[in-house]
Amino acid sequence: MDFNYSNEQLALQETLQRFIGRDYGFERRRELARSTLGFSAAAWAQYADLGLLSLPFPGEFGGLDGNAVDVMLVMELVGRGLLLEPFLSTVVMCGGLIRDAASDELKRAMLPRIGAGAIKVSLACYEGSARYELSRVACAAVRSGGGWRLSGQKTVVLDAPSADYFLVSARTGGAAADPSGISVFLVGREAPGVTTFAYPTQSGARAAELRLENVTVDADALVGAPEEGLAIVERAVDRGIAALCAEAVGIITALNEATLNHLKTRKQFGVPIGSFQALQHRMADMFIAAEQARSMAVMAAVYADSDDAAERRRAASGAKAYIGQAARLVGQQAVQMHGAMGVVDDLIVSHYFKRLTMIELSLGDVDFHLARFSDMLA
Amino acid sequence: MDLKYTPEEEAFRARVRAFFEAELPADIRDRMRLGRRIRKDDMVRWQHILFRHGWGAVMWPTRFGGTGWSVIQQHIFEEERADIGAPPQNAFSLKMLAPVLMTFANSAQQEYFLPRILAGEDWWCQGYSEPGSGSDLASLRTSAVRRGDHYLVNGQKTWNTFGQHADWIFCLVRTGTEGRPQQGISFVLIDMKSPGITLKPITMLDGEHEINEIWFDDVQVPVENLVGDENKGWTYAKFLLTHERTNNAGIGACKRALKRLKEIAAEQMAYGRPLIEDSRFRDRIAQVELELMALEITNLRVLTATANESRALGPEVSVLKIKGSEIQQTLAELQMQALGPDALPYLREALEIDWVADPEFAEHYRPYAPPLSGQYFNLRKTTIYAGSTEIQKNIIAQLILGL
Repeated sequence: MDFNYSNEQLALQETLQRFIGRDYGFERRRELARSTLGFSAAAWAQYADLGLLSLPFPGEFGGLDGNAVDVMLVMELVGRGLLLEPFLSTVVMCGGLIRDAASDELKRAMLPRIGAGAIKVSLACYEGSARYELSRVACAAVRSGGGWRLSGQKTVVLDAPSADYFLVSARTGGAAADPSGISVFLVGREAPGVTTFAYPTQSGARAAELRLENVTVDADALVGAPEEGLAIVERAVDRGIAALCAEAVGIITALNEATLNHLKTRKQFGVPIGSFQALQHRMADMFIAAEQARSMAVMAAVYADSDDAAERRRAASGAKAYIGQAARLVGQQAVQMHGAMGVVDDLIVSHYFKRLTMIELSLGDVDFHLARFSDMLA
Repeated sequence: MDLKYTPEEEAFRARVRAFFEAELPADIRDRMRLGRRIRKDDMVRWQHILFRHGWGAVMWPTRFGGTGWSVIQQHIFEEERADIGAPPQNAFSLKMLAPVLMTFANSAQQEYFLPRILAGEDWWCQGYSEPGSGSDLASLRTSAVRRGDHYLVNGQKTWNTFGQHADWIFCLVRTGTEGRPQQGISFVLIDMKSPGITLKPITMLDGEHEINEIWFDDVQVPVENLVGDENKGWTYAKFLLTHERTNNAGIGACKRALKRLKEIAAEQMAYGRPLIEDSRFRDRIAQVELELMALEITNLRVLTATANESRALGPEVSVLKIKGSEIQQTLAELQMQALGPDALPYLREALEIDWVADPEFAEHYRPYAPPLSGQYFNLRKTTIYAGSTEIQKNIIAQLILGL
């Protein structure tokens, strides 16, 4: 039982904090969110230099042998800084999927390039009518020549507009929602038949619909065992959930700081509004929610590296369901207590609120994860 | 950062468990497991057993006869205690008064009272609240006037828990009227056999006698029973309340209650199948389990942080108190609700272990049913006692957030 960061982790935290303070102020972030790319290519290169992009990869593939707690630390600051770069998609989820499931050959081909910032990868695992169900896959892959031919559509693929590759879940057997019969393929953006419809998200990130029309890939594009792709995708998504939980905790903490500062400085009726008990008690509720959310994020991170799928899923779903509720409480009340200042674009408060809301709706919402956690009780 | 117990801690858990299995008297265990009335004798017997094994005070340092265990070891002990169904120890003496005595009392007081607490020789109760002083505790009026070698104590205390069993009571009394109300309070120890003490039971909403009113009418208290300095009692009282509130997190008891709730929901039938298969009810269990998972980690984070920094617990225990008390209440509420119509019967005699139900009634009215509604009613107290939830939020707002 140990709740402390190591010295290396604290050093990394300090470096990132300095980077955000110096290069990623709120105004800069707003410019980036409005830019065509939607994030900073220069920042991405800096992440590579800092080792962030190879942090959770094994040393033999050029990585730093970090774990999910290291990722938690980074993601908490991604939250605080509202960083827009595709760290979650490329490093945590896709890098994690490759590390956990791919052949050594594919790891050698992909992980060092991800670590160097040379390529970006997005996970295409959700479909239009599937909501958050990872097993509801209609996108099909059939054998063709020595390889595979893929056709279908994936929805809200996070960070897809800048991705060089996609990891796509496709059905190679079974019926529409069967847990078995799903396989994972690595598809290059430039492959003939790949088209995207790109858009910004509500929180300033980028995403796209991904359409695959008779896209042919080689046999070695199959990642992991055929027909057993669901477990592979679920594991990557569980890693993503743990990371999103940490991002949410970073935002919740920052929003609480901003709100507390507002309560102490904003005066009405001749006194700071923080002297009113109605607001004091709500702020206390937000403080409690933040502490509890942090505990759940720690739990999700610690179990994210577990090889026991049931244990990992229980922790991920439990944390996501809990933190989603805490995020809603803190986000809505932070806006409320800022008054009209809370509902304008010019203050960071509304941006934090929107990002928290999108986190709640990503990789499974509160209802989805509460049900998943609840189903494991009986 | 790691949430796993070390192999040493796991071995420790096994040792604690084995001791409980071997030493907890079966009759006490049965009463605890079925939620039947626990007697003073049960708690005293259990304290004697723990004392003989050297585990009379697991939260005390070794120099006072405690085990000197780490906070993690204490947490494991408490978890196993609750899980097996051993009674709680007297928190008023072991967890509330004792830290005050260790920190502020003179050596004569420490040498007399602490060993007696440890050995289970004295039963202590608390004299804090008064009819006009609840959340505004510092407004208390029970007076202690110095008369030579003793104080003359007059006034009334209320919401006193288990004073009917007590040998001693620790009291906050007013010794001064100058300055702010907090400045004239003293902390005294009073022998319950003293002439002039009258105790009157207050029946709780569950029909049980747990709390009392106590009157002090010219009660003589020797001056050597003053703890620390005269008029400094408020400092000691706050110190004590901080310890009291940590205990209120009650993680071990909540985990036990959650386990019980799942067992009950698996046995009760609804719509022709076990209640736990009804997702509407199961989701409510899931929700409170999440709260408890978070609180267990928050509790350990707070305890290990204070231990690592070698500092006393601070206002962060208010978080533990608020959440812990709410979770206890929710678990009791769901246990009651799981019974459905069987939550309605009020059978006082069924709270004794030897009660035998009418055979046809017993076909659906399970042995665990009798205490559940009463427990729900009774536990409404948890968000009120030891500083209500509203007072805890004031503490968080003022002492942590600086509002």
